[in-house]
Amino acid sequence: MKQVLYLMASASVLLAGCGSSGSGDSSDAAEAIEINRNPYPSTYTAYPSTTTLIKDAMVLDGIGGEIAGGDVLLVDGKVSEIAEEIAAPDGATVIDASGKWVTPGIIDNHSHLGVYPSPSVSAHGDGNEISGAVTAEVWAEHGIWPHDPGFPRALAGGVTSMQILPGSANLFGGRGVTLKNVPARTVQGMKFPDAPYTLKMACGENPKRVYGYGGGRFPGGAPYSRMGNVAGYRMAWAKAVEYKRKWDKYADEGGDPPTRDLELDTLMGVLNGDILVHMHCYRADEMAQIMDLGDEFGYKVTSFHHAVESYKIADKLAEKGVCSSMWADWWGFKMEAYDGIRENIPMVHKAGACAIVHSDSDIGIQRLNQEAAKALSDGRRSGIEISNADAWQWLSANPAKSLGIFEQTGSLEAGKSADLVIWSGDPFSVYGQAEQVFIDGALMYQRGNEAMTPVMDFELGQPGEGDLK
Amino acid sequence: MIRTLLLSTAAMISMTAAASAQNVAIVNAKVWTGTDAGTLENATIYISDGTVQGMGVSFAPPSGTAIINADGNWVTPGIIAPFSRVGTVEVGAEDTSNDTSASGSPFSVALRASDGFNPAATTIDVTRIEGVTRIAVAPANGGSLIAGQGFVADTSGGAGSISDDRAFIYIDMGEGGAGLAGGSRPAAWAALRGAFADARGYPARFMAHNEGDTLTRADAQAFGTAVRGQQLILVSAHRASDLRLIMDLKTENPNLDLAIVGADEGWLVADELATANIPVIVDPFSNLPASFSQLGATSRNAERLIAAGVPTAFAHLGNSGHQSRLVLQSAGNAVANGVSFDDAMAAMTVVPAAIFDMDGVGTIERGSNADLVIWDGDPLDVTSAPTAIFIDGAVQSMESRQTKLRDRYLDLDESERPLAYKR
Repeated sequence: MKQVLYLMASASVLLAGCGSSGSGDSSDAAEAIEINRNPYPSTYTAYPSTTTLIKDAMVLDGIGGEIAGGDVLLVDGKVSEIAEEIAAPDGATVIDASGKWVTPGIIDNHSHLGVYPSPSVSAHGDGNEISGAVTAEVWAEHGIWPHDPGFPRALAGGVTSMQILPGSANLFGGRGVTLKNVPARTVQGMKFPDAPYTLKMACGENPKRVYGYGGGRFPGGAPYSRMGNVAGYRMAWAKAVEYKRKWDKYADEGGDPPTRDLELDTLMGVLNGDILVHMHCYRADEMAQIMDLGDEFGYKVTSFHHAVESYKIADKLAEKGVCSSMWADWWGFKMEAYDGIRENIPMVHKAGACAIVHSDSDIGIQRLNQEAAKALSDGRRSGIEISNADAWQWLSANPAKSLGIFEQTGSLEAGKSADLVIWSGDPFSVYGQAEQVFIDGALMYQRGNEAMTPVMDFELGQPGEGDLK
Repeated sequence: MIRTLLLSTAAMISMTAAASAQNVAIVNAKVWTGTDAGTLENATIYISDGTVQGMGVSFAPPSGTAIINADGNWVTPGIIAPFSRVGTVEVGAEDTSNDTSASGSPFSVALRASDGFNPAATTIDVTRIEGVTRIAVAPANGGSLIAGQGFVADTSGGAGSISDDRAFIYIDMGEGGAGLAGGSRPAAWAALRGAFADARGYPARFMAHNEGDTLTRADAQAFGTAVRGQQLILVSAHRASDLRLIMDLKTENPNLDLAIVGADEGWLVADELATANIPVIVDPFSNLPASFSQLGATSRNAERLIAAGVPTAFAHLGNSGHQSRLVLQSAGNAVANGVSFDDAMAAMTVVPAAIFDMDGVGTIERGSNADLVIWDGDPLDVTSAPTAIFIDGAVQSMESRQTKLRDRYLDLDESERPLAYKR
């Protein structure tokens, strides 16, 4: 049995007071201490599903393939087969999807649902631990309210998985978490099984505004400038390198275990390659500096977020293999968003870099397909030819890769989770709507069917309960 | 090629003499007229002196008129963004470039958003090239629930682009206004009633001292026109109970010219709004219980309001300073959620033109303003874009600071020279 360190560090007082059994006793020198990397494990299991054959749809497999009039077979919650013609197995539910489109479920890798839920009252502001510039020790999942009515709205937009991130006030905002978009009583009931943890970091204006200027309320502290931002990252990573060295040494040589530090646990997870870095960064020049920062301390940014200037360094992002998670057209709300253009996403794609459409919005998450369509058509008008099938990578495969869940989901390939959407028509149109959304093969949403439309606790007994939303 | 040449020539003319308009005929157009004529196929629109001088399937323009072939594509009236801050803010978070609100000012009604308007703002081009030719710009609330006076302008970027510098008063009677009035809806309504009394009592009640119940002397003077029903009052509110209070205000003051912006729970009182003949400006994206005032929010709000007969305009209310252009996407979504194509088009043309009393705007017919957009597809679809735009008959530039940035960075080759030399 592996000893769990946090019991020793923080719960021993409690345990001592209630005559615990040996589980909290760490005095046994023969047993090596190991940090529990998954103390709040997922309890999600797939809901029951039937063998389902979707027939005669325009099928986008999410990795560049397209079958007009194709069939998709779902068995035991997995994609079993995609082909031009599949015979219905005995007992299969057959869905006539002629005139409709089938795609992998949309994955939004930048959402604050649950941590900034609706209604956005002050008591619900659980997305930024503003108490310090470096709060790598906090975890978004501990701030998520699973009853956020935003979750079922996103489901109606075809979103089957999402990353919930802490906000961007801090240099290190804390850990993100990847969820299945399935209503649950607990956060654990939504957690994507075996998804790696992520770390939210932030560049630029937000940290220096929040800390340096203190929202105008007090003189503030560090960071006050972009210089201070980078110094803050470097000091934290330097501590993390040292912390990791101690744990590596302890693992190799034994002796007294290092003192546990929750902040450095997260950073060490990045240095060990277990935790993926997602970094809010608008300006191209800052992204270039941050890529060097990663080289300095031995990690790689998985995806820059917002990244409104990625088009200026798309070649460098491609070379480094760093994704950009982007809006189609947000701009101008602050200085670092001033150079936003409508062709950012296709220009990043064209350079061979990884492009992702993200929302950062409880409204935008409901129509990410439209955001992709805008970017795609604006790109085409400026001479960048990208097929619909390739563009769908922005919505499912690339975000799945950025979250370390592409082996399980993000494309329609045999053996993968049956997370998919049947659209009423072309989803690269404002008129195409998600009609049926499957998660692990189970139908979780059906447009116009009250029985298949979740109503969250908060909405019960309120105006519009159970209404079309 | 001829068409391109014509357009670029015309664009140069319009840039050197923005106000001048040419005689142009757009032929082979699919015209959404915004009138009882409906949609015309293969129609010709003849533009002269900044107005539409002739239109029809068999209309023949005078010989020698410059011809633009629309190739069967949609031509619509210029789109109106009916609740915007375009041109009054350059960068949202930079206070020095943001003239939308003034929390430190002692004034309220007397604040004219038009004084902060910069027709050369980058937001103007960015908004126009998506097909938005007219904007109603509201001040934002700073220190008072009465934000001040909004204006109506075109998006040509010219010096004379404001057509009405005091088109309306903007008042927040929702949660925001309650907060500014002292912390409650009763405080907001007491303040508003006080403001009405101050305006009606002006100047007599200011003889003895400068302060009214709610307003300063300058505010009370500025509020008089609206209180007499001769200036539109645009009121922001969402909750059904708040909307009823606004209707009560109209009942008590039947001469008031009122419209409501927001109205997420409008569908709950749609029949009453129709009876009261109070128009609404709604955001079709709004479908979350974002606050306790918006619990009934639904993407079906627009459909239900229109079905009840409420004059309904659309706006994109999120980031009104930079993204008013998204009104078209919001209209497309409204259609996906039950609104007819014609009603959605009217919600961005005919209806807002009526709300803001914009004569000759919002339709294409003989005598109407030549504010026109030629599209490369369905104007409501996110994949479509304008190919040519006219304001008052003048062809508009299709460039913005954003298109210049795009063109600089489309090719990242710096082997000869840094990109800073490229433009």
